[in-house]
Amino acid sequence: MYQVGNLVKELSDKHGRQRDSLMPILQGIVEKHNYLTDEAMVEVAKELDISAAEVYGTASFYTFLDTQARGKYVIRICKTITCSMKGKIEIIQTLEDMLKIKVGETTADNNFSLIETNCIGWCHKAPAMLINEIPYTELTPEKVVDIIEGYMLK
Amino acid sequence: MVNLKINDQNVSVPKGTTVLEAAKKMNINIPTLCNHDDLCVAGNCRVCVVEQTGARTLIAACAMPVSEGMDIHTNTLKVRNARKHIVELLLSEHRSDCTKCYKNQKCELQALANEFAFGDTIFLDLVEDHHYTIDRSSPSFIKDDSKCIRCQRCVRTCSELQYISAISVSNKGAHQKISSFSNKPMSHVVCTNCGQCVNRCPTGALVEKTYIDQVWDAIYDPDKHVVVQTAPAVRVALGEDLGYDPGERVTGKMVNALRQLGFNSVLDTDFTADLTIMEEGTELLVRLKKALVDGDKNVSLPMFTSCSPGWIKFIEHKYPEFLPNLSTCKSPQQMFGALAKTFYAKRRNIDPSKIVSVSVMPCTAKKFEADRPEMRSSGFKDVDFVLTTRELAIMIKQAGIDFRNIEVAKYDSVMGDSTGAAVIFGATGGVMEAALRTAYEIVTGHEVPFGNLNITPVRGMDGVKEATIKIAGCVDDWKFLEGAELKVAIAHGLVNANKIMKLVKAGKAPYHFVEVMACPGGCIGGGGQPIPTNMQIRKNRMAAIYSEDEHMVLRKSHENPDVIAIYKEFLENPNSHKSHELLHTHYVERENY
Amino acid sequence: MEKTGLNKVDLIFEEIDPKEVLIKASKMTSDEIIQNMLDSGLKGRGGAGFPTGLKWKYTAAEKEPEKYIVCNADEGEPGTFKDREILDRVAYKVYGGMAIAGKAIGAKNGIVYLRGEYRFLLPKLMTELESFHKMISEIGFDFKIRYCLGSGAYICGEESALFESVEGFRGEPRNKPPYPTTSGVYNKPTSINNVETLVTATMIIKHGPASYSQLGTKDSRGSKVFSISGDTPTPGIFELELGMSVQEFVNEFGDGDTKAVQVGGASGFCVPRKKFQDTIIGFEGVPTGGSMKLFNSSRSMYNVLHNYLDFFAEESCGQCTPCRVGCQQLLKGVEKVKKGEAKSIYLNELVKLADTMKIASKCGLGQSVGNAFKTIVENFREEIIY
Repeated sequence: MYQVGNLVKELSDKHGRQRDSLMPILQGIVEKHNYLTDEAMVEVAKELDISAAEVYGTASFYTFLDTQARGKYVIRICKTITCSMKGKIEIIQTLEDMLKIKVGETTADNNFSLIETNCIGWCHKAPAMLINEIPYTELTPEKVVDIIEGYMLK
Repeated sequence: MVNLKINDQNVSVPKGTTVLEAAKKMNINIPTLCNHDDLCVAGNCRVCVVEQTGARTLIAACAMPVSEGMDIHTNTLKVRNARKHIVELLLSEHRSDCTKCYKNQKCELQALANEFAFGDTIFLDLVEDHHYTIDRSSPSFIKDDSKCIRCQRCVRTCSELQYISAISVSNKGAHQKISSFSNKPMSHVVCTNCGQCVNRCPTGALVEKTYIDQVWDAIYDPDKHVVVQTAPAVRVALGEDLGYDPGERVTGKMVNALRQLGFNSVLDTDFTADLTIMEEGTELLVRLKKALVDGDKNVSLPMFTSCSPGWIKFIEHKYPEFLPNLSTCKSPQQMFGALAKTFYAKRRNIDPSKIVSVSVMPCTAKKFEADRPEMRSSGFKDVDFVLTTRELAIMIKQAGIDFRNIEVAKYDSVMGDSTGAAVIFGATGGVMEAALRTAYEIVTGHEVPFGNLNITPVRGMDGVKEATIKIAGCVDDWKFLEGAELKVAIAHGLVNANKIMKLVKAGKAPYHFVEVMACPGGCIGGGGQPIPTNMQIRKNRMAAIYSEDEHMVLRKSHENPDVIAIYKEFLENPNSHKSHELLHTHYVERENY
Repeated sequence: MEKTGLNKVDLIFEEIDPKEVLIKASKMTSDEIIQNMLDSGLKGRGGAGFPTGLKWKYTAAEKEPEKYIVCNADEGEPGTFKDREILDRVAYKVYGGMAIAGKAIGAKNGIVYLRGEYRFLLPKLMTELESFHKMISEIGFDFKIRYCLGSGAYICGEESALFESVEGFRGEPRNKPPYPTTSGVYNKPTSINNVETLVTATMIIKHGPASYSQLGTKDSRGSKVFSISGDTPTPGIFELELGMSVQEFVNEFGDGDTKAVQVGGASGFCVPRKKFQDTIIGFEGVPTGGSMKLFNSSRSMYNVLHNYLDFFAEESCGQCTPCRVGCQQLLKGVEKVKKGEAKSIYLNELVKLADTMKIASKCGLGQSVGNAFKTIVENFREEIIY
């Protein structure tokens, strides 16, 4: 859990308080905190004068607007056909072993969340994953270890 | 005009007409499910697909506007096969425990299944794959996602008619569902319990929480004295669930049926509606005096009516800063409850702990209202159980009463007398009209200056109505109002209430007194009324209400003999200390999500 | 059938001076630009293949003064990644196409809807956009482009779902009509074009419609960027003249053991080896937004189909019955057949369901789920059952 503080107000000042400001505001919160808390969604609803259920309904439509708690680094492994054919399972096993969590979970230190996602547009360089917004492609178990170690040192 | 052919017959309809409407005009029935007369077009369920010559796909009749030269067929093999598939698909995601379902034989999906999907099931059961929960947290209704077919009528109702959006569509694909904010229990969110969604749900996914069994238990308990009160709007709608056309008044038969069900005393909410007028009218005049004569800046005006528990909860959630503007009067139901276990108990010499107080309401929010902790001023729960009009119809059927052929009967005395002013509480504008009939007479000593007491400007189905009454010929006590113009407004349906609240909040509302009913049309269109509802049905019920009023001997609340008596014997004066103790209440601020 | 063979082309990624093209466009009338598009025979490159010239013509004809050009960069079809590459390498040509389209239809505002998965590109794209805005204002173009970001929803590639998303709602497709050309984003007349279409438009203005329409076949003019992946030694992005057969394609890109090619992504068609020779890639045969996935004999087509159905069951918006429930039924159905818990004949029921989804769903997603389902089940039935 994080304190949303003035973030929603700042984002609303930046993007406006119309309905079409909703997506950029939610994206702005997720960019900073990786997921949306109830408190954050209620704040957004208040700023935009729309119902909180609609904020939740809209957010939950979009895979990247997580309403579940996520860690600092959200690892999204592509599970669509080419990545699946080209070794997605080994990549997931490597990540699960390294982070000591299963797909769908977050590490105890809240640093990493591991989830699967649909096609991220790197089929020619499969398997691929995103860590937050950064793509990593042509993954091998060895490469994944290096990448994650890099994040662990951050 | 646009010319087209449906099933090889020519038809001309105005531009903008949908294929569905054009077909209806030709008496061609196209089945629908997500479509509802009161709501915007969704085009989601696809049950209404028809074939358009030359089109690549079938088209949804509800969502397709007619175009010149269109050639439509509503009953081809392609259409029938698609419809069968669609109904089968809906059934596969719907928990079909039909014989046990509260909506058995009143379910629109069941009716479609009857036409299109009898025989062997084609598809696999998907219900088991979803881990559905049943939300029983609200005292008013139950939300059972395992029966939901995602037609989104409830979502559209909550947003378009009620401006609340306590529920919204959430997630997508296989996981799409109808959710409150963050899937919180319905009792913890902005829901007003108005039941308009319940009224429009085609299946058993949203139904009222029923208290029929508890009421039967009380009736059969020899230790209990069970009193029942009936709201004004029930008598003009109950018939619909018992084989009558919309708009037939069945007051006398209803009273007899209630007696036959075994209630010890059959009484009328209309009595406390009249009492409400005395209390609320006085409260308004006192507020006006404080504001105009005493120059008291703290008086909250406009004053809002407080009879509609859905409206109360709306303002508690969404405009808590205006709670002081609400009349402190309890609703007629709760005034009745408080008096049943005090005044009535005393008069009839019954131990109030032995009294079970039941109300029959056109409303699901009344179930919530009766459960409010504030509603225990008799020292007990003032109203024990609230039944909807629909539940009463079920009880009448359960008891095997031949409703059509029973005699008419009259309400019992002591809290059974009423006036036409009370009856019209059931329609939008009715409380306003009743209040004006009395307040005007108190202030001026003569009747309101409208023919036959019918204050027509406050009547009708416009979402927001406004009227100005010039006060002339004041009696001495109220001389300060001489020549004043009393400005009033009326809203029904919370989307309209919100329009007024926006004006009030902006300081642009010129009104002194505002009546709000949460439901479209007022209580006659309440969430507990017979299903279906639409504008025509509501108009028929409304006409019945005004006809009931016209047929009453007494039509002004202050002339109700029971009301006069209760002030004399028990309450002393309107807004007296005793009144405040029993008949007035306070409100709480609630979260806006 | 008309055929061209496999010819590599370099139009989309060709480095050009955008200013020169825009100056040329600025001297043309709206009608002239539209006529150029009509003459070129260009069809939308997102997959649906609506003639671009017509789309612009309809939007131009609308009286409403406020109109929009929307660039659909919500490239979500499994197996396509060309738009990312185009934006990464030649975004200025996308912006140029938008400005040209804006001039053609009379729009002053452009919106690029970029899928959330490509957010990492945004800083660079914004910098390039800034210089583009500077450049066109010098030429005297009154046109402004802004970005809207998606957040992970395949369905937002459907035009009306995209508009809903831009407006801040759930990406649920709208009922049509009205079509975007009369009522699109913010309910204003809108021309929504794919990234590649807009680049192609830029190149048509540069080189003229005649030279462009010499490429390709009668039904499929020009060239197209293909995203090639799967069992191929050379995965990547290739611009090819339209009109080749699948066999010619496999000869170039296959690994010698290709048993099937999925043309057009999860929503496209599966072409088995026996049909390679007779299937043209293009609107006369199998249309594609560019996704070409090759499968060799080591792959189980059950797994391929299962992966696609799982994708659709998740990515359906969920509002209409045939798509929401149909996708779940197809997925669960093939699982049961595979496990032997349903008879193989149940596949026939599922094929009928796929047909219903094709004609009764509200939008293109539900309507196209049946493409892959039917072509895989019909051609690889044994792999589904055993």
